[in-house]
Amino acid sequence: MSSLKVKCTSLVKIFDSTTAVNRFSLELTKGQVLSLVGPSGCGKTTVLRLIAGLENPDTGTVEIAGKNMNGQHFFLPPEIRHVGMMFQDYALFPHMDVLKNIAYGLGRDSGRKDRLTEVMKLTGIEHLKTRMPYQLSGGEQQRVALARAIAPRPDVLLLDEPFSNLDEVLRSQIRQETKDILKKSNITTVFVTHSTEEAMEMGQTVAVMNQGVLEQVGSPETIFNSPVNEFVANFMGMANFLEATLSKKLLHTELGSLPAPRDLPNDTTLRVMIRPETLSIEPSDTGQGIIQQRIFRGAFCLFKLELVSGKTIHCLGPSTKKHSEGSRVAIKFKHGYAPWCFVRGRAHTQAES
Amino acid sequence: MTLIEPRIIKASSGYRGGRLVSRPPLFVWIPAILVLAAMIVPISYLVLRTIGAGTETFELIFKPRTFDILTRSLLLMGSVSIGSILIAVPIGWLTVKTDLPFRRIFSVITILPLVIPSYIGAFILVIFLSPKGILQGWLAPLGIDRLPEIYGFPGAFLTLTLLTYPYVLLPVRAALIKLDWSTYEASLTLGVTQIQTFIRITLPMLRPAIVTGTLLVALYALSDFGAVSILHYETFTWAIYIQYGNFAREVAAALSVVLIILAISLLYMESRTRGRAKYYNVSTGTHRRQKSIRLGIWRWPAVIFCISVVSFSFVMPVSILVYWVIRGISFSEQLTIPWSQLGNTLYVSGLAALVAVAAALPIAMLSIRYPGRISTLLERCSYIGFALPGIVVALSMVFFVIRYATPLYQTLPLLIFSYLILFLPAALSSINTSFLQVNPKLEEAARILGRSQLKAFGTITLPLLIPGLLAGASMVLLLTMKELPATLLLSPIGFKTLATSIWWATEDAFFTKAAVPALLLIIVSIIPMTFLVSLDQKRKGS
Repeated sequence: MSSLKVKCTSLVKIFDSTTAVNRFSLELTKGQVLSLVGPSGCGKTTVLRLIAGLENPDTGTVEIAGKNMNGQHFFLPPEIRHVGMMFQDYALFPHMDVLKNIAYGLGRDSGRKDRLTEVMKLTGIEHLKTRMPYQLSGGEQQRVALARAIAPRPDVLLLDEPFSNLDEVLRSQIRQETKDILKKSNITTVFVTHSTEEAMEMGQTVAVMNQGVLEQVGSPETIFNSPVNEFVANFMGMANFLEATLSKKLLHTELGSLPAPRDLPNDTTLRVMIRPETLSIEPSDTGQGIIQQRIFRGAFCLFKLELVSGKTIHCLGPSTKKHSEGSRVAIKFKHGYAPWCFVRGRAHTQAES
Repeated sequence: MTLIEPRIIKASSGYRGGRLVSRPPLFVWIPAILVLAAMIVPISYLVLRTIGAGTETFELIFKPRTFDILTRSLLLMGSVSIGSILIAVPIGWLTVKTDLPFRRIFSVITILPLVIPSYIGAFILVIFLSPKGILQGWLAPLGIDRLPEIYGFPGAFLTLTLLTYPYVLLPVRAALIKLDWSTYEASLTLGVTQIQTFIRITLPMLRPAIVTGTLLVALYALSDFGAVSILHYETFTWAIYIQYGNFAREVAAALSVVLIILAISLLYMESRTRGRAKYYNVSTGTHRRQKSIRLGIWRWPAVIFCISVVSFSFVMPVSILVYWVIRGISFSEQLTIPWSQLGNTLYVSGLAALVAVAAALPIAMLSIRYPGRISTLLERCSYIGFALPGIVVALSMVFFVIRYATPLYQTLPLLIFSYLILFLPAALSSINTSFLQVNPKLEEAARILGRSQLKAFGTITLPLLIPGLLAGASMVLLLTMKELPATLLLSPIGFKTLATSIWWATEDAFFTKAAVPALLLIIVSIIPMTFLVSLDQKRKGS
């Protein structure tokens, strides 16, 4: 068991009667990279600011590297918490060159010079050290900001939407670079983003937030395939929900029957989550659906289908010409599909056995 | 896995950017409150004491004479306001939106009257336009041997209008530059003529700027002491001075309270039309190239209009001063540069600039970094000084000090302190503007990198504020050098500045004696003015 680096316990933060963060608890071990994802305004940035000490929680505690950061009668200011933070707009000091920016958080001891060289090499910005921030491109600014944040070897690194100011092409490249840097320096990281794709790519662990509340924490696969509720299911990717009935250990849906998970209660609110990519379609005059819309996405097509019942579902298919709008198709579950079921909007988890 | 029951909460997040963590530190709170308390006390004392006297005061106020003074003050205020609009709006439009010849030169020279104090403008007007003045000399060959009397309303109106129209011009020009050209083009594509478009689109969009500038002019006309005294037009400020000089201090105090009420109501109107604002921002507004409206044949009347405004408001006064100085030399009068007055002027102005900037910094920090009900209130209070005429502030100082701190009477610290009350808003608005441009995240980043609040401020925010601090200091320097009534009433005995020596020379109608200090004052005023204009252009260029 590796050591605990960050521990948030039941954090609450209220701004003018709006609850921004509500009973938020989270733990990170040494070297863990956690993506904190949620729709905009869900409180994820406030969580970062609470950890950094830029906000004081109304109740709850933050622990960093085993030390309490706040309590009933004390609140440690950001400068002694030993955290690193990278801001969305980088917040580079405009009156200092790159070198001075990075050196700002380093003490005046003998190791300073070595650490500066090391960090600039790690982030690949040695050639920029005498530049001023306004002379840097977006990608370069991002790297300088990262170098400045990790230079003092913080106990935890907080990244607030670090890629949102970069263009599409640069973003995926810088994302990989950043991931490598974090891995090499084995630094505990909380990474805030509103992009699920980014969250799953960057984090070993993904935490999903909604309206101030932490909904689910788990590996990207778990979050995507086994969401705890319909919000997480919808937020992490496109999802269809079909009403189902249970009989003889089979789930009966409009699209056919599936083997039912064990211990599933026969409830009227039973719904099955079906990701568009787990369905396949074939032209058929007796099929269950009619193609309403075919949305070409390059490598594949997204189909919007109307079922006999009038319900609309989405499905991914090859981007060949054979399915045209208005044609009737048969819809099948792909082989080996294990259904993920919801009862009253919450996931039915199978009892471990 | 951490699971918490979802709860119904408001969708919109409560995170507000710009605010810093927790409460403002003591090094901000304490100086801010001390400065404001010190500023409010003398004025409050004057008002409370006067109102406290009850019926006596009312008897002093409700006299036919007071009514005459009120009528004259309001007449001057109204006519100068209208005159300024009629000059400033056409000039603004011509220099920003049209192909007016020499428009770059005009856009600089048209704001220069700001460096001419009203008492200099007034005595030059007397030299030039009085019945036997320079103009009459020129017209004598045409058989005109006497011009109409210039003292009284006509002189005061002309002087103040020609010197204060830049207060309307600056906001109008700024608004015109920001004005979206596409609305103008949209109107033309909808089949509306250019003149109709100007009336229906451009003018309404300029209205806030015009209102703002005009209220400033109104406040200036109400507070002006120099021009009305030299031109013998008895408004509140001159009446207060006369009463004070005649040892009728209670009458002076009563009149001051009426003037304060007038000024504060103007300030209130100003704050209703616009929030906290850049009262003193100087802009020449030539940075963005836009398509110009072709004036065609109208360009000549337009140029003549601009030339006459520029001549009467700046070129002529300066030329007359230069002419008098040269004539003085040629009449073998010894040209003596009043070094000690110049030194005193620079000394008190420099001190006032330093003190005002130092006092404004914590207040600016409080109102921008820690917005809240109390900090807003403190900031509002600091703006009251902006509405108070110099003579009133000076009078309140005299009353307060004589009652509670006699040793301070007619000392330099007291003089500097009254400058602080008068000009803190000028410093504050420059510093606020530049504070708003410093990203608060920078200070947060510095703290996360291990610096305390004070150190983060010192290493990050303060260096970035330097242009704003310099602008604020220059503004205060400029205003203090020109200031007359407070300097007259509060200067230590024997302490002469350029402003007071000009005043005493004109009192004795020794206009030649006033020419050298006046020219000197204008020259030294142009230095901070040039700095402000260049700073403003640099800010826009980057």
